[in-house]
Amino acid sequence: MALLEINKIEKTYFSKTSVTEAIKDINLAVERGEFISIIGPSGCGKTTLLSMISGLLKPTSGTIKLDGKQITKPTPETGYMLQQDYLFPWLSIRRNITLGLKTMGLLTKETECHALHLLNEMGLGEFKDVYPSQLSGGMRQRVALVRMLATQPKLLLLDEPFSALDFQTKLKLEDLVHSTIKEHEKTAILVTHDISEAIAMSDRIVMLSRRPATIHRIFKVPDALKGLEPFEARNTALFNDLFQDIWEELESFEHKRTS
Amino acid sequence: MNTKELHNAYVQGLKREKRFVRITQLSILILFFVSWEFLTSQRILDPLLFSSPSRVWNLLLIRISDGSIFVHSSVTLFETVLGFILGTAMGTAMAAMLWWSRFLSRVMDPYLVVLNSMPKVALGPILIVGLGPGFSSIIAMGALISVIITTLVVYNAFKEVDENYVKVIRSFGATKRKSFFSVILPACFPTIISTLKVNVGLAWVGVIVGEFLVSKQGLGYMIIYGFQVFNFTMVMLSLLIIAVLATCMYQLVELLERKLLKYRG
Ligand SMILES: Nc1ncnc2c1ncn2[C@@H]1O[C@H](COP(=O)(O)OP(=O)(O)OP(=O)(O)O)[C@@H](O)[C@H]1O
Ligand SMILES: [Mg+2]
Repeated sequence: MALLEINKIEKTYFSKTSVTEAIKDINLAVERGEFISIIGPSGCGKTTLLSMISGLLKPTSGTIKLDGKQITKPTPETGYMLQQDYLFPWLSIRRNITLGLKTMGLLTKETECHALHLLNEMGLGEFKDVYPSQLSGGMRQRVALVRMLATQPKLLLLDEPFSALDFQTKLKLEDLVHSTIKEHEKTAILVTHDISEAIAMSDRIVMLSRRPATIHRIFKVPDALKGLEPFEARNTALFNDLFQDIWEELESFEHKRTS
Repeated sequence: MNTKELHNAYVQGLKREKRFVRITQLSILILFFVSWEFLTSQRILDPLLFSSPSRVWNLLLIRISDGSIFVHSSVTLFETVLGFILGTAMGTAMAAMLWWSRFLSRVMDPYLVVLNSMPKVALGPILIVGLGPGFSSIIAMGALISVIITTLVVYNAFKEVDENYVKVIRSFGATKRKSFFSVILPACFPTIISTLKVNVGLAWVGVIVGEFLVSKQGLGYMIIYGFQVFNFTMVMLSLLIIAVLATCMYQLVELLERKLLKYRG
């Protein structure tokens, strides 16, 4: 049985003056240990989809099941990293990264140690006692990543986690996140604008159509690429072929819009 | 010059500027008292109406030796502090209730607007009838004057907290109650502190007016009594004491601010 089963979900936003159909008929099964990337045109409903999987947002219709249980509210099994870092400015970095543990009542010496260890791995160990306002955008994003990983969720939802980073940091972090996730056998869903990132990191790439989003096409990343670290994967011929395919497909959306 | 010397020069410059500000401030104060004394002693200003620093000083010494100044000051200070704390706490609690229930906030909205535009001191007589002419109505007045505006300001701050912070904490499974205490409330500390600062002043207004109306004790009473018996030295003395005490309260709030908002660096 798949870890995550998304069944015919739809989402429509209502306001007094407008009805926005964001998601229409999405079906998807994500296997344990799988890494999925979601790409699609801006504003098509990627964040909406992720919010529903996290349990923060209820679908208008359809069901989402995690481990066979229907998701109705956020669960500790799922970690969600929002599109921006949203670190709490009034808490020190140490308190920020242990926020999830504290909220779940899991804060102990060991779990805090683990969180600080993760912070170290991200190269931010020395900043544990400063406040978020003293960090750069990229550093803050790494802290947000640690905050999510600290509660050891099974399923990771990442909403463009690397978009605010410079290219070098981004490549390093991709490698780091990739290895962390594979090592701990986590399942991950990554939303990204970046085709190379999607190919380098994932097992399958789900391309959404324009709003209302449906699954337009699913690309399988060849096994030969999957074994490689993201950084290495980027340098292969297979990588470039897949890149071309996806690029052309995305371009076709643009043409449909203009014609 | 190397960096260290430059830095030293910079620090020196800052110090010099600070000293200059302090000296100017002190000079204004001295100038004020000296000219007050001078103008009244030369009868350019009528000392019967404007009193004079020396008269106020003498009265202060007399009132200290018979102890009455401490009684009056502490009564008023007690009332003000209590009114201030009650007003702020009740206002924040009401804001929390409005945040909790959208229905309640929509129902209460017009009433709050009306109550806010109402001059609270005009309710004085009703308070006195209701609570009796004593401490309780004075404290109530001190609280009443700040409670509505606190409610409105703090509630607005609660509403404006970025929803995404709440999403973060909810994604960790927090209940609404937990979200309130770990996100909404701390995110609004800066607003709450600035209402505290406003409320210090408001509580003094409420309490002094309250004492005008009912009291047999307190600095407000000294003012109204001095006015009635045409003893303006007494009025001036009370005013100066109020100025000192109100400033001290304000400084305490600033101390609290530095403690609570140290993350702003
Ligand atoms: N709370 C809301 N109320 C009404 N409409 C909304 C709401 N949130 C999102 N939408 C609409 O739903 C659509 C999808 O939004 P969503 O944030 O999921 O897009 P996205 O794919 O994540 O975009 P981006 O790539 O820019 O992050 C957009 O058209 C947006 O205007
Ligand atoms: Mg988005």
